[in-house]
Amino acid sequence: MDYTNLRRQIISMKKSLFDQGYLDEQFNQLEELQDDSSPNFVEEVVALFLKDSSRLLTNIEQALEKYPQDFYQLDSLVHQFKGSGSSIGALRMKNECSMFKAHCNDRNLEGYRTLDDSSSSIPASHSLLEQLHLIPWLTQMPPVTPEDEEGACHSEAEAGDIFSCKHKHQIKGPVST
Amino acid sequence: MASRKGLGGEGSAPVPHVLAVDDSSVDRAVIAGILRSSQFRVTAVDSGKRALELLGTEPNVSMIITDYWMPEMTGYELLKKVKESSRLKEIPVVIMSSENVPTRINRCLEEGAEDFLLKPVRPVDVSRLCSRVLR
Repeated sequence: MDYTNLRRQIISMKKSLFDQGYLDEQFNQLEELQDDSSPNFVEEVVALFLKDSSRLLTNIEQALEKYPQDFYQLDSLVHQFKGSGSSIGALRMKNECSMFKAHCNDRNLEGYRTLDDSSSSIPASHSLLEQLHLIPWLTQMPPVTPEDEEGACHSEAEAGDIFSCKHKHQIKGPVST
Repeated sequence: MASRKGLGGEGSAPVPHVLAVDDSSVDRAVIAGILRSSQFRVTAVDSGKRALELLGTEPNVSMIITDYWMPEMTGYELLKKVKESSRLKEIPVVIMSSENVPTRINRCLEEGAEDFLLKPVRPVDVSRLCSRVLR
């Protein structure tokens, strides 16, 4: 796989993340803060988010196992999750957390389903976090050129396959330079 | 990014030092990044308690920007402590929150907060705020 093709696929992935509502304008705002003095800013912030998410999801899982349910604690944990997600532009995660909080307010988690229709009640499904792990790849891409945009359209179907995690085991992470 | 180059002049005034307070590591990183891109010196701490400790030792904090909802000491409680201190009360305090609760906003403004920003905080929000507060 040559660099140009890989670049197009990753640009398509990034476009997909926006088009499908996983990321919003806040992510662009973070990218604009990245410069020579902070060349890895976005990657650093996302790394903090993923670390935070891991901790929060563990706490949420533990809270869900309690009986009777401590809705106040659950709401507090999901509120933190929502806040972090919102700060990095993880739109879909933010919305999912809002829905979960609404269920907590109603004191009723029955019938709550995540985006991927799994049986788990945990908001912001694990597949979403897998997609966010792609972000270091995205932040290392140079700015999109008109030629890239044209090429990206042709490879979007292929990028869609990667995005849907069918090939997730092939994604090893960014190459250190 | 807009940078506040006019604030420092030709070395005639020190670079403003902003104290950012947020228990979320992600939000601390974001607000610190926004402030640094505007050429401010930033210290970011994770609690009101640590903020007060730093304010006790650091003489020249130009502005405090704090999250509202933090464990142990809320941003509102930190605001009150700052405004009750004869030494600290002149420092502008800005509150950030992810929730748009009018009673909360009014309470903070009445207590002396300079402004109230809704999260997620954007660079343009901070630029606008700092150009007004740190003139």
